[in-house]
Amino acid sequence: MTSKNLEIIAEPGKTSFTTRRVVDAPRAIVFDAFTKCEHLTRWMGPRNLTMASCTTDLRVGGRYRFVFRGPDGNDVGFSGEYKEIVAPERIVRTFVFEPIPEAAAVETLELEESGGTTIIRTTTVHKSVENRDGHVNSGMEAGMTEGYARLDALLADMLQKR
Amino acid sequence: MGAVIANDRDLNTTFGALADPTRRAILARLSRGEASVLELAEPFDMSQPAISKHLKVLERAGLIVRGRDAQRRPCRLEPRRLKQAADWIGTYRQFWEESYSRLDDYLHELQTKEKTRDVKKPRNHRRTR
Repeated sequence: MTSKNLEIIAEPGKTSFTTRRVVDAPRAIVFDAFTKCEHLTRWMGPRNLTMASCTTDLRVGGRYRFVFRGPDGNDVGFSGEYKEIVAPERIVRTFVFEPIPEAAAVETLELEESGGTTIIRTTTVHKSVENRDGHVNSGMEAGMTEGYARLDALLADMLQKR
Repeated sequence: MGAVIANDRDLNTTFGALADPTRRAILARLSRGEASVLELAEPFDMSQPAISKHLKVLERAGLIVRGRDAQRRPCRLEPRRLKQAADWIGTYRQFWEESYSRLDDYLHELQTKEKTRDVKKPRNHRRTR
């Protein structure tokens, strides 16, 4: 049985981070699941967010945009442009968390099939270490509930502008 | 729809306000307690009007509230809006762990459907028109 853990590797001081996750399906299906809205709307995002709108113009230079709606009715968009497409194994695309457009990144998705399972690898390259840390930051929520005591560092991490 | 767009814009205003280092420093100072414009201007080597401008941006973004006392108008952090902004960024891990867990279920569903279809369709069945 393969491990279903999501591995996130973010080495200190680097502007990129990688993730790795294994799923039990051939990669052609996984590729579709990552690129077609009929599939994406069924799985992408945590359960408390609904995907309010989805577009994927899957061609080099084409754009994608995902809008998620939170339980409070607020929307937030993620979007970018496809730079490279090698179906069903590799996609390079820009990634923008729309509220912080200056923290744009380049994301590479690689799918490797192995005996009916697919290894999903992503590499995200940010413009700065601070932007990367803002993207991955795992201690953020804990920090926010600690009464904003570490607000300064936290906000600097989240929103460092270059 | 209107409400949604307004919320979207609110959030953009919030992030716009947070993008400035002076305003982040002001928020950091206010996280330790309320302060007047004069008190806020002191550590920044900035004129009071310049600080007031920043405060207006923060106030418009809903990140701070200002007291009614006409003389002093102390500024106070409004954590609700900040929390909302932070919630939106969420944590990367949580977002993807949950997404992948849903993807597992969905891929299983897709493949089960495919298998069922294969069983129902006889291999050599040819449709005549």
